[in-house]
Amino acid sequence: MLSPQTPETKPVKLSVRNMDFRYGEKKVLDGLSLDIHAERVTAIIGPSGCGKSTFLKCFNRIHEVSSAVKVSGDMQIDGVDIYRGGIDEVDLRRRVGMVFQKPNPFPKSIYENVAFGPRLFGVKDRATLDGIVEDALRKSALWDEVKDRLKESATGMSGGQQQRLCIARALAVNPEVLLMDEPCSALDPIATAKIEELIGELKENLTIVIVTHNMQQAARVSDYTAFFWLGKLIEMDLTERIFTTPRERMTEDYLTGRFG
Amino acid sequence: MPAAISYRPRRLSRVTDRVMRLALWGLALAFIAVLAVFVGAILKQGWPVLNLGFLTRMPETLDAGGGIKPEIFNSLYLVALSLAISLPIGLGAGIYMAEYAGQGRILRFLRLCIETLAATPSIVLALFGMIVFVQMMGWSFSIRSGAVTLALLNIPVITRVTEVSLLAVPRELKEASYGLGATRLQTILKVALPYAATGILTGLVLTAGRAFGESAILVFTAGTNTSQTFPDFRLTVPGETLSVHLWYVTSDGTLPDAREIAAGTAAVMIVVLLVLNLSVRFLDRFIRRRTR
Repeated sequence: MLSPQTPETKPVKLSVRNMDFRYGEKKVLDGLSLDIHAERVTAIIGPSGCGKSTFLKCFNRIHEVSSAVKVSGDMQIDGVDIYRGGIDEVDLRRRVGMVFQKPNPFPKSIYENVAFGPRLFGVKDRATLDGIVEDALRKSALWDEVKDRLKESATGMSGGQQQRLCIARALAVNPEVLLMDEPCSALDPIATAKIEELIGELKENLTIVIVTHNMQQAARVSDYTAFFWLGKLIEMDLTERIFTTPRERMTEDYLTGRFG
Repeated sequence: MPAAISYRPRRLSRVTDRVMRLALWGLALAFIAVLAVFVGAILKQGWPVLNLGFLTRMPETLDAGGGIKPEIFNSLYLVALSLAISLPIGLGAGIYMAEYAGQGRILRFLRLCIETLAATPSIVLALFGMIVFVQMMGWSFSIRSGAVTLALLNIPVITRVTEVSLLAVPRELKEASYGLGATRLQTILKVALPYAATGILTGLVLTAGRAFGESAILVFTAGTNTSQTFPDFRLTVPGETLSVHLWYVTSDGTLPDAREIAAGTAAVMIVVLLVLNLSVRFLDRFIRRRTR
């Protein structure tokens, strides 16, 4: 974990400036500005309804699939604006993968779940696909558990396995960023611990943004923590600093359970 | 805080619960009984008539002893043709309504149109088909007039079933697909349609069954005669179906054995529908095992 004594060496991957998000008439996110560094884990915490999940979904524009939304201000990936920089949203979603709150494997075999993404991009060669599937399953620490039953349905796996399969599925298209929307909220403590361990390994070459309700989880897995409240960013800093010496009174109150 | 609320279990609510369960059970039983009596009566009357000769002979126009070979063929051929026309259109329209059309006024209007079309009495479609295809287009009483008009009966049902089945696909699955960089079309083809397949299939069978039993439309478009060659795949010849035959022999009254032929025809129809429904059950279970 990054400590206040060592300077940040990683470049900014995602940058947000004065960003507002409107859903219909309602302003859900208000004037957000923050930077997310490559190969770091950034946690977003805050009470329910503070807009953390909405914020996360802005990075891959997945909310556009189901409803009309309005984003103003700047959101950039590698210095290119996500909304106005001429980025194709389909390509963006390949680069910015997502793991959802509830494990959502396709009702297909384990193998087909992981191969789904590569197939979208025209990978047909069996050996290549086999390699991608094995690699993704190894990275998500699932390979040893499932290598003998790749043809079995993914819906028959345990919740924790399903969630790691969803991570493998996301990794199979070689994303640069992984967005995780409360990935452990439906899992038991053992499965949660496995996912958290995985996050630590994956950040070697991925930018990870994780929304979590669990403050201990944020403290355990993240390098940076951002505290949201009612659609506003109250404070963002190194996780170590947020949890020991927050600058804002509100952050401290939330972390110590005085409100929220 | 109000003091005296009793949270003791209420006797009455348990009694009503039990009474309701019994009543619903009784209703279901009554329905099955009616159905059993109905099917039993048809099969009982038709059974003595059913033999290989009846199924493989050509129909007679004046004498007793005619068969229903071409009618069986025409029925299946017309259902297949009408589905071949209505499936692509209905599927396409359903996909459009579920996945592409927004939530606006146009969609509501479109849905109203389709529901109206679905509720249109078949005799109205029959006369429309006769005026447009039989007369204006000059197709006369033929397989093609019948198939196209029958397709008009199928399209709204297939459209609606497709739309409803697609709307029932869990949002999480579509999100997962989009999240991996899938386009809308890829998501529809690879995630939504496979998931919706069993629902669409069930609707398709209901549609096929309805088309199979349809008489009014075919009396006015496919006619009450049949080609003398067998099997005749030409689209321009008249094609009397089983249900039309059933109606025709009983209302025309020139055949001495009209009653027996009607009973046998009805029994064949019931058996075909049973086989159709059962085979779909199996197919449905097969697909479900592979896609859910």
